[in-house]
Amino acid sequence: MSYSVPGFRHPNLPQNELGYTTKDYEGRVSTLCAGCGHDSISAAIIDACFEMSIPPHRVAKLSGIGCSSKTPTYFLGNSHGFNSVHGRMPAVATGANMANRNLLYIGVSGDGDTASIGMGQFVHVVRRNVNMIYICENNGVYGLTKGQDSATTDIGSVSKKGEPNALEPIDLCSVALQLGATFVANSFSGDKSQLVPIIQAAIAHKGFAFINVISPCVTFNNSPNSTKSYDYIRQHMASSNAVDFVPPEEEITTDYAPGTSEVVTMHDGSVIHLQKLDEKHDLHSRRSALTLINDYKAEGKVLTGLLFVDLDSQEIHETMNTTATPLRNLTETELCPGSEQLEKINEILR
Amino acid sequence: MKPTNENNPEYYHKVVDCQYACPSHTPVPEYIRLIAAGRYTDAYMINWESNVFPGILGRTCDRPCEPACRRGRIEEKPVAICRLKRVCADNKDSIEDRLPEIPSKKNGYRIALIGGGPASLTVARDLAPLGYECDLYDEHAKAGGFMRSQIPSFRLPEEVIDEELGYILNRGGVNHMANTRVESLKEILDQSYDAIFVGTGAPQGRNLMLPGYDDEKTNAIRIGIEWLADIAFEHVTTIGKKVIVLGGGNTAMDCCRTAIRLGTEEVNVLIRSPLHDMKASPWEVDDARVEGIPMHENHNPKAYVVEGGKLVGMLFEIVDSVEDEDGKVKLVPTGKEVVFECDNILLAIGQENAFPWIERDIGVDFGEWDMPIVDRATFRSTHPKVFFGGDAAFGPENIITAVAHGHQAALSIDMVLSGQDPANRPEPGTNLISQKMGIHDWSYASLVTEDRRYVVPHANLAMSLKNRKMEVELGFDVQTAFDEAQRCLNCDVQTVFTTEKCIECDACVDICPVDCLTFTDNDEEAALRRKLIVPALNLSQDIYVSTTLPTQRVMVKDEDVCLHCGLCAERCPTAAWDMQKFDYTVTKAGQQS
Repeated sequence: MSYSVPGFRHPNLPQNELGYTTKDYEGRVSTLCAGCGHDSISAAIIDACFEMSIPPHRVAKLSGIGCSSKTPTYFLGNSHGFNSVHGRMPAVATGANMANRNLLYIGVSGDGDTASIGMGQFVHVVRRNVNMIYICENNGVYGLTKGQDSATTDIGSVSKKGEPNALEPIDLCSVALQLGATFVANSFSGDKSQLVPIIQAAIAHKGFAFINVISPCVTFNNSPNSTKSYDYIRQHMASSNAVDFVPPEEEITTDYAPGTSEVVTMHDGSVIHLQKLDEKHDLHSRRSALTLINDYKAEGKVLTGLLFVDLDSQEIHETMNTTATPLRNLTETELCPGSEQLEKINEILR
Repeated sequence: MKPTNENNPEYYHKVVDCQYACPSHTPVPEYIRLIAAGRYTDAYMINWESNVFPGILGRTCDRPCEPACRRGRIEEKPVAICRLKRVCADNKDSIEDRLPEIPSKKNGYRIALIGGGPASLTVARDLAPLGYECDLYDEHAKAGGFMRSQIPSFRLPEEVIDEELGYILNRGGVNHMANTRVESLKEILDQSYDAIFVGTGAPQGRNLMLPGYDDEKTNAIRIGIEWLADIAFEHVTTIGKKVIVLGGGNTAMDCCRTAIRLGTEEVNVLIRSPLHDMKASPWEVDDARVEGIPMHENHNPKAYVVEGGKLVGMLFEIVDSVEDEDGKVKLVPTGKEVVFECDNILLAIGQENAFPWIERDIGVDFGEWDMPIVDRATFRSTHPKVFFGGDAAFGPENIITAVAHGHQAALSIDMVLSGQDPANRPEPGTNLISQKMGIHDWSYASLVTEDRRYVVPHANLAMSLKNRKMEVELGFDVQTAFDEAQRCLNCDVQTVFTTEKCIECDACVDICPVDCLTFTDNDEEAALRRKLIVPALNLSQDIYVSTTLPTQRVMVKDEDVCLHCGLCAERCPTAAWDMQKFDYTVTKAGQQS
């Protein structure tokens, strides 16, 4: 078993604005099964961060428990990381974010960690609009416990165990939309041309960005009658739009026919260029996104793409009017203003 | 692009850069693995089979394999292939029982080999085991050609030559006609040989007739290769106090280093062109520099300076090398002149072919530059019985090229005498075998070490400068040889892709440390090369293109900097990638069907 990757890289590897190559964004060698979709998502995160020249030391990776939650070890090896308790990543992420809003928070979770044990945490991190990226690596199976159906397994889907799933699945994108998520996307680990720009747009978004990524489990859920296998997704995947991410400094060079494209300027000045593949879809309408998901589902198709963005999103720090300074940079004088200040506050409340 | 045709033996052969670059196509990674495993005799035999003189070549080869080595495109320096070859020669056991049997019952054909150098010796090595009777004509007392006469003993000890020539000359089937200079090809033809091989090299060193040239032959001015031969055969043992060597090739390096060992007090190498245009192998220049020999560039010789009938120096004009509009380098005089004092001058300014002994009316036609017309594939001249090889065929090259020629000429001779058309060259032998031992286990060391090239230890400088027979390079010890062998990337273990098994999960693309794999839409080659994750801009390296995948894309692999680490195959859930060892064997005499 190869436990390490050779140190050599392609001599012509491009450098980003920081002078880094993708090597500087890599993590350790994955110990997941060969062919796991999660590894592709890790690679997509590496690509997105490299292309946006994100300083690795300004990123915090957070995860819970499960195959998905192991992956932060396999990307951004020079970033901060916290592998938390099962389903409790949102609480840790919220706390970290409250303490220091200047880092980029990438939360990685799975369908078990999000839709089962962590459902209560998930719904609250959505409605609080914590400024973070939440990636759910959704394979519809509990891989780490050897292949039980999960809460996102579709009715009738058959995993390696051989029994069709009988229970109603939770559609995480719909849940996120209903709870007020300000950025919602659905994607597929096997399509980096879509996934990378979506992650980039999520990084540029201010507020809670939820990306559900269907990520086939090659070991337990890549069977012929599974609805989360590579083949099934490739055959049933439909896209609401093709996303092209353009960083703030760059010029938009792609030309689309009028009426079929939309330019969305993100909070940080970067631009996402959408080629509309479904004319009915309004990117800024929650209702349109929910309808579209249901319409495609009724046709037996899996809708992917950027589904919803709220450009006026107000993230939790703005709502709560908290200090812009990370708590670690506050001195005792600022943290404990003294009895005089307390007296003033008490006075207001009397 | 059309899908890559993996059935073309040259596709995978080209991936094994070292083997592909070697004129004899020695399977380099295979013997390097054997050296790492301590199987020196096996490693030696692989070499012996392919290049006949592993001990000699392990010291003196021009090593076209090393500049080709993939490792040199990944870090600074290639694997020390040549020096590893020497390791197997140094550490092997007796190979007598592994040598092919020379049949006592002959096949009735008699072959004349003219010239006792590597080309003729290779023909003899290949043909004697098939029952041919070979008569090897050589003008010297001992065979070996320029390997013996031109390469100084401090680079190639005589014992090594004697041993490896012994495996050919002392086992029967070859009659070594020593001290027999052939003066007429017609006379040889008249002796009703069934085939004649000419391997007489490029024996004529270029002379330099300038004002003051010594017509009286006081031996103060010598042609380098003739002088080196006189040293080798011990006709000359002394030299003057001050020596000038003219020329920037390997012969010049051998001359200056030999002069020092004969006790000269001052030796200067003077070169017409700039130093960076020197023809000598960089390592030979380095070795001369280490021995403190000054080299002067841009010195164009104008005249020999003679006083009272004695050579006292040489007059040079200093030139500037200027590139003209066509990119041709011209040497422009600067007007400055300088005299270098000397007692002896050694001319190492090139060598030429010379065939005064071949009559021009016997059917062997000559073409441009008075060179014989020789077929580049069959090595046959315009005379159906006469074949050429080595430097005699197409001009000065090197030992390994002469060996390659010898193999091909021997094959042609065998084909002709078996009633086959030699133009119809047999295919090479190839094989492709999976190296999978378990789920994540390969039969080769797939981990890639980051060790940099190990330096070969040298003998004590002061001592070796006093003794022209003391070998300068000591060779790797066994542990260093192992460490150096680990630097080999095992390029013969190929990444073999099966489209039908691929589920396009991207695992291989994600893990590949050098980003040489890309799933993409197919296109014309130029466009496809630019579409890859890292564009494939080294056009000397092929790109592999699969057949079309279910998503209508293709898998494209840029062979350029692949580490052959096997991680693509290890991370592939369906074994669509597999690591398979590719064998490529040049078909030799007696192996054609």
